[in-house]
Amino acid sequence: MIKHATIEKNSILLTVLTLIVVSIGGLVEIAPLFYLESTIEKVEGMRPYTPLELAGRKVYIREGCYNCHSQMIRPMRDEVERYGHYSLAAESMYDHPFQWGSKRTGPDLARVGGRYSDDWHVAHMIDPRALVPESVMPGYPFLAETPLDFSLIEAELKANRTVGVPYDDVMIENAAADLKAQVDPDGEGVDEMLARYPKAQVRDFDSNPSMISELDAMIAYLQILGTLVDFEAYQADENLR
Amino acid sequence: MTDGHTRAVAGTTYGTGALLVLGAILGLFLVAGATDSVMSFHGVLFVAFCVLGVYWLIARQFGGEKDAGRAATEDARYNDGVVRAGVIASTFWGVVGFTVGLVIALQLAFPVLNLDLPWTTFGRLRPLHTSAVVFAFGGNVLIATSFHVVQRTCRARLAGDSASWFVFWGYNLFIVIAASGYVLGVTQAKEYAEPEWYADLWLTVVWVVYLLVFLATLWKRKEPHIYVANWFYLAFIVTVAMLHIVNGLAVPVSWTGTASYSLFAGVQSALTQWWYGHNAVGFFLTAGFLGIMYYFIPKQAERPVYSYRLSIVHFWTLIFLYIWAGPHHLHYTALPDWAQTLGMTFSIMLWMPSWGGMINGLMTLSGAWDKLRTDPVIRMLVISVAFYGMSTFEGPVMSIKAVNSLSHYTDWTIGHVHSGALGWVGFVSFGAIYFLTPVLWHRQRLYSLKLVNLHFWVATIGILLYITAMWVSGILQGLMWRAYDSLGFLEYSFVETVEAMHPFYVIRAAGGALFVVGGLIMAYNVWRTIRGDLRDEAPVSSQPSLAATPAE
Repeated sequence: MIKHATIEKNSILLTVLTLIVVSIGGLVEIAPLFYLESTIEKVEGMRPYTPLELAGRKVYIREGCYNCHSQMIRPMRDEVERYGHYSLAAESMYDHPFQWGSKRTGPDLARVGGRYSDDWHVAHMIDPRALVPESVMPGYPFLAETPLDFSLIEAELKANRTVGVPYDDVMIENAAADLKAQVDPDGEGVDEMLARYPKAQVRDFDSNPSMISELDAMIAYLQILGTLVDFEAYQADENLR
Repeated sequence: MTDGHTRAVAGTTYGTGALLVLGAILGLFLVAGATDSVMSFHGVLFVAFCVLGVYWLIARQFGGEKDAGRAATEDARYNDGVVRAGVIASTFWGVVGFTVGLVIALQLAFPVLNLDLPWTTFGRLRPLHTSAVVFAFGGNVLIATSFHVVQRTCRARLAGDSASWFVFWGYNLFIVIAASGYVLGVTQAKEYAEPEWYADLWLTVVWVVYLLVFLATLWKRKEPHIYVANWFYLAFIVTVAMLHIVNGLAVPVSWTGTASYSLFAGVQSALTQWWYGHNAVGFFLTAGFLGIMYYFIPKQAERPVYSYRLSIVHFWTLIFLYIWAGPHHLHYTALPDWAQTLGMTFSIMLWMPSWGGMINGLMTLSGAWDKLRTDPVIRMLVISVAFYGMSTFEGPVMSIKAVNSLSHYTDWTIGHVHSGALGWVGFVSFGAIYFLTPVLWHRQRLYSLKLVNLHFWVATIGILLYITAMWVSGILQGLMWRAYDSLGFLEYSFVETVEAMHPFYVIRAAGGALFVVGGLIMAYNVWRTIRGDLRDEAPVSSQPSLAATPAE
């Protein structure tokens, strides 16, 4: 039987034992998530973000929206009735990192896509209290006035591919063109973009044809949230085993 | 000083110098190739840091006899200089962090204060607040106290003279890079792990040097046993390194740009993040500060630790159980049920070692309870342990899935964090700072114990206002979200529940303001103590002289 005094007199032993003791919990809980069916299942409809949606997600992250908005609907009656079908693991499979959040100072956004019109979002981002007088959300008028910088969009897609998002070479080559196509329904390349990214919404989101703004990207991102999986067709018990 | 010591000092000086020159060259490359303006700004900061560091090393190495003489007499036995710097930095960052907290509390009550500018909205300032209090204030307290405690309990001078300064300045550079990044919109979007990949890498370098300085000091010890406070500090340093490295794994978009993508996505990302996040609480804000408790409470009370055996049980059970608790942040999410249940079970078990530690801290006052009446510093340390006991009971309760279904996503969580952060971490740090200031600057006592007493009461009332407001608002909002009317429809729209929060947000901000005032009182007291002033005042007593006046 080793006496504790032995450990107390040997800093390396103390360090190594500590490291072993603190490693166990994480290994047992986290490692299986990379193998279990329920956490890595593929669900019909999920696809990587379009370049414009990805750029919008970056704006969402930059402004720290996750501090007040969750993207994770729990399977309780009130949440499902308020926000829609409970969130599936697969729905955030391309989110590096996840945006589930931990606080609802504002409502959950996991299925905000299609709930409000683009015009509502434009007005709401510029001045939230013009539409919702009781809101405590900051205004983001600068998004509409700032041109979106997408000079690195190819590199963004490549970095995503490195961490496991299935962007193929064609998607990466056409990243900038696809981004522009998504805000210009009458322009070229829309059909090709839609073939690469099914269900993508194509329109001038902020109704300002003179530039592609950060607001265009933000609204494109918000409008796709929670809309990719068709829950009429989704069979929850398909994955039971 | 011995030859060996001089050689070792020269060795670390050259080592640090080489590292800094390398850093300056790397920084120049970053500035030259930066793909965004924030990266060029941070590159310039980094180059300036390295150049100033090299200049400082040269000035020290070839500096005048006067400096060397002073260092030899004053700091011969222990390296107190870096601890003094840590005390000042802690006080400064404390006031900054609390103030930013007050600002964002006011923004929630009065949203017009967001100013609708990119740099001043809640979304960017909230990470600034959390990082400023946890990492800038808490981190500086931990580095300073660990350097102090390890020297005194080993009866050995801090190993690697310039290396310890590198840890202090390098860590504070990390803080500045992280904080300015948030305001300018650079973030990884993971709570308490917001700094981007390059800041993370820099912190890793600093942290490894920190671990080496700490271990090397242990190796120099003249005591056979490593004192219990050092176990906790060591566990804090080692585990935070593990958490930081694994959770921070990311692929940068460009080697000269700020942005990156986390290696993990979705569920895996969520649990890795909350494994990190909960143990930032468990090892940064708990284990490290328990190190403070195990040294400063016995010192201030002039009593030995209550139970050696309990210390051993406390240490091993705490570090083993804490690491499992992360999934309780993800109850009812897409995380598998078994992982949630494991997280809940271990969170509840965690109550026991937490209270074991609390008992060990409180019972250390056996035979010295009278000091609570006369010594406001010990009062601060004791109430911190009481708050620790309270929030480590509340935590397990909130980790129960049924409770969590109500509390999650609400202000109850915010209140819980603050009872731990303001009550436990804040007060135990204040106690340590009040203890250290007269010791490090060789003063007879603090400038004013009456001001410590005032700080104690102002801050305590502030905390009580804060956490009671958050209990009410959190439970109220949770209940409103799930309320149904008689026809089976949801009773409240979301925004009605937001509106109901307003009075509590105002009360919370008032509580926060009191806590800021307390921080300012401390800063003033520390400053006057450093200057060498003594306030002419009667000793603190719980029986004011007025009370003794009989009624007429």
